[in-house]
Amino acid sequence: MRRELQRLKLDENHFQLFGVPARFDLDTVALEERYRELQREVHPDRFAAASQAEQRVSMQLATRVNEAYQTLRSPLLRAGYLLALSGVDPEFETNTAMPTEFLADQMEKRDVLTAAAAAGDWERMIALSSDLRLEQDALLARIARQLEAGDWAQAAATLRRLKFLEKFGEDIAAAEEDMES
Amino acid sequence: MALLQISEPGQSPAPHERRLAVGIDLGTTNSLVATVRNGIAVVLNDHEGQGLLPSVVRYFRDGRTAVGRDAEREQARDPKNIIASVKRFMGRGLKDVAHAENSPYDFVDSPGMVQLRTAAGVKSPVEVSAEILKSLRERAEESLFGSEGGHLSGAVITVPAYFDDAQRQATKDAGQLAGLNVLRLLNEPTAAAIAYGLDNAAEGVYAVYDLGGGTFDISILKLSRGVFEVMATSGDAALGGDDFDQRLFCWVVERAKLAPLSAEDTRLLLVKSRAAKEFLTAHGEARISAALSSGEAVDVTVTQREFQEMTQPLVAKTLGPTRKALRDARLDVSEVKGVVMVGGATRMPHVQRAVGELFRQAPLNNLDPDKVVALGAAIQANVLAGNRGEGEDWLLLDVIPLSLGVETMGGLVERVIPRNSTLPVARGQEFTTFRDGQTAMSIHVVQGERELVSDCRSLARFELHAIPPMAAGAARIRVTFQVDADGLLAVSAREATTGAQAAIAVKPSYGLSDAQITQMLKDSLDHARDDVQLRVLKEQQVEGERMLAAVESALREDADLVSAEEQGAVRAELDALSKTLSCTDHRTIRSAIERVNRATEAFAGRRMDRAVRRALAGRKVESL
Repeated sequence: MRRELQRLKLDENHFQLFGVPARFDLDTVALEERYRELQREVHPDRFAAASQAEQRVSMQLATRVNEAYQTLRSPLLRAGYLLALSGVDPEFETNTAMPTEFLADQMEKRDVLTAAAAAGDWERMIALSSDLRLEQDALLARIARQLEAGDWAQAAATLRRLKFLEKFGEDIAAAEEDMES
Repeated sequence: MALLQISEPGQSPAPHERRLAVGIDLGTTNSLVATVRNGIAVVLNDHEGQGLLPSVVRYFRDGRTAVGRDAEREQARDPKNIIASVKRFMGRGLKDVAHAENSPYDFVDSPGMVQLRTAAGVKSPVEVSAEILKSLRERAEESLFGSEGGHLSGAVITVPAYFDDAQRQATKDAGQLAGLNVLRLLNEPTAAAIAYGLDNAAEGVYAVYDLGGGTFDISILKLSRGVFEVMATSGDAALGGDDFDQRLFCWVVERAKLAPLSAEDTRLLLVKSRAAKEFLTAHGEARISAALSSGEAVDVTVTQREFQEMTQPLVAKTLGPTRKALRDARLDVSEVKGVVMVGGATRMPHVQRAVGELFRQAPLNNLDPDKVVALGAAIQANVLAGNRGEGEDWLLLDVIPLSLGVETMGGLVERVIPRNSTLPVARGQEFTTFRDGQTAMSIHVVQGERELVSDCRSLARFELHAIPPMAAGAARIRVTFQVDADGLLAVSAREATTGAQAAIAVKPSYGLSDAQITQMLKDSLDHARDDVQLRVLKEQQVEGERMLAAVESALREDADLVSAEEQGAVRAELDALSKTLSCTDHRTIRSAIERVNRATEAFAGRRMDRAVRRALAGRKVESL
């Protein structure tokens, strides 16, 4: 245990920490496996009887491992992290320029959502969700290619769209919860 | 059922080379202590062979206390000095206590947690809980060390998964007050999952439905090769078996047409109501008869059907959080392999039925719902104390039940740690100053799911001083939230450019109202749309105010860069904007902001030029 605590460095990047290549395409099963291995070594439950200093380090490392895992297992966060490692700011806050047809399409979908929610139309809600998933999958495939090719600017643009879609997914979920209650 | 072997007092204690640790289920109605002996978790009994200790504390005038059955028996005779269900008051203010008017206690509204006036003086819920824990500690030490005496190396105390930071902190304080080394606060459903999972070598996704005396939890866990991973948890920190007693009590009062009752009679009828509720689990009807101190006689009969009808809304209240937890875990009920039932209140047939219908499978009842939590806590305590045996290489990953955030401008919540994040977790968030030269900043930490600060539970406020005076928006204040494995929060803040630092451990000073915490998650569903609307409006209002201040400041500094005509045009737009700020349509404000932007575009460009020239000339760029 002690050896493991020393070996893990706080300044390693998430990929290094998990010992996986810094690529968008990732073996998620291996990632989960590695996560469990790491937590088995560093989790505070392993150090409940240890010194306070060790408990502190254990909490820091376990926190670090959790953060890395949450980032790597989400395609969206993983893509953003890869961009950050390459020194590219995805400009979520500042760069809101989107192709007109994308925005028009999104506006239309939002109108459909509002109407479906008001009418309690489950079929249309489900259709919206599955459309969204298809669109997300297509963009994820695209961003995988862009990141692989080192095309950071294009990848950042794709990521901004994905972020947009994620927000729409949250809105659909909120509307569904409203309809349920 | 190996896990449920009960040990008798006087049995030979375990060898002394082991560190002896216990698990304690500090319940609303009953509490238990358990330990691992020869590799088996056992509940430790008292001298009468009883495992359950009623969570009832009696205070005498001379300061003595009695805990458990003796105290419970006298409840109706001395209601003000015999405290039951104290768990409901942990980390809560007076305004938060449900049914306070039906409660026989003499509450003292103090800043912070509510207190209770007794013959032995004013007591806080932490002290009352500590009496229960002390009694269990003594039982354990006697049972484990016999007459030689000895010390426990530590204890794991269980808490409802849905307990917030204030309630958890209060529980930990009570443990320390009782002389226990608190190794960990463990969530009750998670403790049950350990006991169930290890005993049945379970693999897959399980739900733990835990309806106790005063709290309801639902947790969804993934059990996979020795890892217990909580995927989502939800619940209601003010819903339990007590509420069923209360409902029946009110029904009896109405049916028997009773006048307002004395504290003694209230307690008497509550006790009778609880007994009737328990009887109805296996019988078609129950009779409630009592001779009140007022001289009135009560004699009513309640059928199981009547009881179920009057309490059905309470059962229904557990289903919302259950669906919510499934949604948070991104699971369909068909993916849940089993539903483990925990807590005495799950014995009620209509609770069993409702859970079975929701999950479309018969719930699992093969563990004693009263004891499984204490047994799981004992197993965890044994491992934490350093007695990890061979094959005990399992790991527990739990989550934070409620989101944490800080207040931002306009009373909005900036979420920093979302609910159901795996512990331990830390998140940093950057904030900036709002005014030029601002040197202090107040940070308000809240817990809950709503978008407005006023709808969340306030945890603490702290101040960051000595921010170097800078232009509005130039300071970078990084606030770090660290939640440890007990689910307890510590917050620190630092100004990035100078390193000015402030840190606090969040010791919450007042409690969420029961209604508040119950409402928090529910409301975030019901009002999701209102919130979003309101949030957008608030954001626009804040943005508008910032815009006004910024342009006014620029006009003062670089008045020579604008013509009188241009200034007139800008002022007209500023006036228009300030008039829209009080309106309720965010689009109106947004378009006014847009117009100010357009009217000041050229001016902003000239200011930028001047700043750059000034910088090149080696002068300070303070008004950039």
